[in-house]
Parts: sequence; C-alpha cells; structure tokens
Amino acid sequence: MEYIVIIISAILVSNIVLAQFLGICPFLGVSTKVSTALGMSAAVVFVITLATMVTWLVNEYVLVPLDITFLQTISFILIIAFLVQMVEIILKKISPPLYQALGIYLPLITTNCAVLGVALLVQAKSYNLLESVVYGASIATGFGFAMLIFSGIREHLELMGTPKGLKGIPIALITAGILSLAFMGFSGLVK
Amino acid sequence: MNQWKNFTKGFIQENPILVLLLGTCPTLAVTTSGINGIGMGLATTFVLVGSNTVVSLIKSTIPDKVRIPAFIVVIASFVTIVQLVMQAYTPTLYDTLGIFIPLIVVNCIVLGRAEAFASKQSVLSSAIDGLGMGFGFTMALFLMGSVREALGNGSFLGNKFIEGDGVLLFILSPGAFLTLGYFIALMNRIKKSI
Repeated sequence: MEYIVIIISAILVSNIVLAQFLGICPFLGVSTKVSTALGMSAAVVFVITLATMVTWLVNEYVLVPLDITFLQTISFILIIAFLVQMVEIILKKISPPLYQALGIYLPLITTNCAVLGVALLVQAKSYNLLESVVYGASIATGFGFAMLIFSGIREHLELMGTPKGLKGIPIALITAGILSLAFMGFSGLVK
Repeated sequence: MNQWKNFTKGFIQENPILVLLLGTCPTLAVTTSGINGIGMGLATTFVLVGSNTVVSLIKSTIPDKVRIPAFIVVIASFVTIVQLVMQAYTPTLYDTLGIFIPLIVVNCIVLGRAEAFASKQSVLSSAIDGLGMGFGFTMALFLMGSVREALGNGSFLGNKFIEGDGVLLFILSPGAFLTLGYFIALMNRIKKSI
C-alpha cells in the first residue's frame, strides 16, 4: 500500500517538473516534438532509477560509516556523471539500437537537476533502498508523463497564431503554468 | 577588456535568467518571496565568483579532456561551503531553500560561465564576470520573487500592504511558470527598444 502511495504522489501529486521544478531545462529544451520527448524521457527513467539506487548504496555504506556525509553533494554529482558515461559506453556495446535511440540525450542528463534532485530528496525523506528505487522510477515516469503531454501541446502551439511578443519560450512557460494548474487538481489524492 | 562593461553585461543584455534562460529550476522554485530570491541569488553569486576565480587560476594545469569533471568538482566544493555556512548562520533560509542549495552544482549558469568565460580569461576578468552574472541572477530572482509575493500574498519583503490574502495562485507552482513567461516576454520587448 505505501508503495502505491509513493508512486501516485511521485507521478501525479508532486510531479517533479510541474510541482517541484526540477529538470526544467530539458522540459523546455527538448519538448518541441513528441518523438524527441519520448527518447529523452526513456533515457531519464533509465538514469534516474539507476542513479537513485547507486547513490543510496554509496551513502549508506560509504559516506555514513566514514562520517563524511558533508561530501554528499560532491560525491553524488561525480557518481551521476560517472554513471551516465558508463551507461553510454555499455549501451553502445550491448545494444546499438537502444544507443541510437537514447545516445544523444544521455550526455545532457548529467546536468539534469532532476537526477541529483531525486538522489538528495530520497536522503531527505530517509527512504529505504526499495522505497528509494520505486520513488526514483516513479519520479522519472512522472517526468516522462509531463514531457509527453507538454510536447503534444507544443506541437499544436506551433501552428497557432501566438502574439508576437509571446512566441517561443514565453508561451511555452505560460502553457506549462496552465498544465501545472491542471496537475494541482490531483493534490487531494494523497495526504 | 573594459571591466565595467564586463561587470554590467549580466544585468540586461546577457541576463542569465531572462535572456540566456539558464538556471530556470531554482528561479521557478525559490521565488515565492523577495527575500528567498535574494538569498538564493547571493548564494549562487558566491559560488559563481569562487568557481570562476579558481577555474581561471587552474585553467592551464587541467588537461583538456577532463576539464568538465574538474570544473564540477571545483563548483561542488564551493556549493558545499555555501551549504555549511548557510546551515550555521541562516538556518531558516536554509530550510526554505531546501535542496535547491546543493542543486546550485547543476545550475547551468555556473558551469556555463566556467566553460565559456573563466576557462579562457584572466583571473580578474573572470571574478568580475562571476560577480556581474551573479548580480543579474539575483536581480531577476528578486524581481520575480517580489512580484509573486506582492500578487500572491499582498506583501513586499514580508510587510503586508493589503488586508487578507492575495491571489494565492501566484505563490503556488503555476504562478511561477506564468510569472516567468510574462517576464521573458517583457524582457524581449525591453531588449528590442534598447
């Protein structure tokens, strides 16, 4: 039951992009087409789940025993950068088609603040390993969900007669605002 | 290079948030009040000046291939300093800003300036560039925070100027997107008339 609560609240109620404001750069940057949004979301789901698991383990078995949790930020960002590189190399070797699909999005993910954000949020919520992984995967799914809806809207927006001053980023942000308003409707779902 | 011009370019022409669109995550998240905006802005400014200076100092010793990880370590060290200092001296602000303090590490402005400016320029220019960009960032955060606080809560820097609540929407998450959207539209207009 508590896992269902974690999943619903991570995807709908406190959506990472629309309610917690993490990962806005890719959200605005690669959401002009549905197909690129899909590729980016898949890469994010993959990396966030993996990164959450590894950073949790490192924190529990290296940083806490050695009493150096103040190095959390530095070690987490290095782990994430390292993981992204490794995933890229491994994918290239074992699954070229998947690499073709996700390849260009992977390097961008190191600077996606959602990855580091989730790793730190999990610590703040003091989840155990399984809860952390479920939370990470759900957050990433929520990211993909928001991204897909948003890119669908933006594809249509291209064809609309937007006022000149609002063209491009301003109208995208206003759209995101309205989308975020819609997601607020979920806030009663989980206490 | 003209240092004054170097300092002021971050205010309007190359404002990191409103023109370059870097660092949007903290911008949206922490600007629920003017004070929060200033706090976040100053923390980022400190990191920017520090990392720009150090990156500029060590630019010739770092091999080109590992320069990005090296920059990230430098940035992360300064972020840790800010984190510990804020935790000790401004605990309430530290709690409000939450995970967005450690997330300065992945703020594109900081790495962007290290890579695009500090890794090529002299130490003095880099420090001044960091300071100018930081001020531009702080200014934009403060403006956005003040507008959201005024509309949403009817107060300025914590001083109420109307009775009761404001339009609560502007304090909540949709208000962040809407305010930034209109700010950028306004900025496009201002830039055109300069």
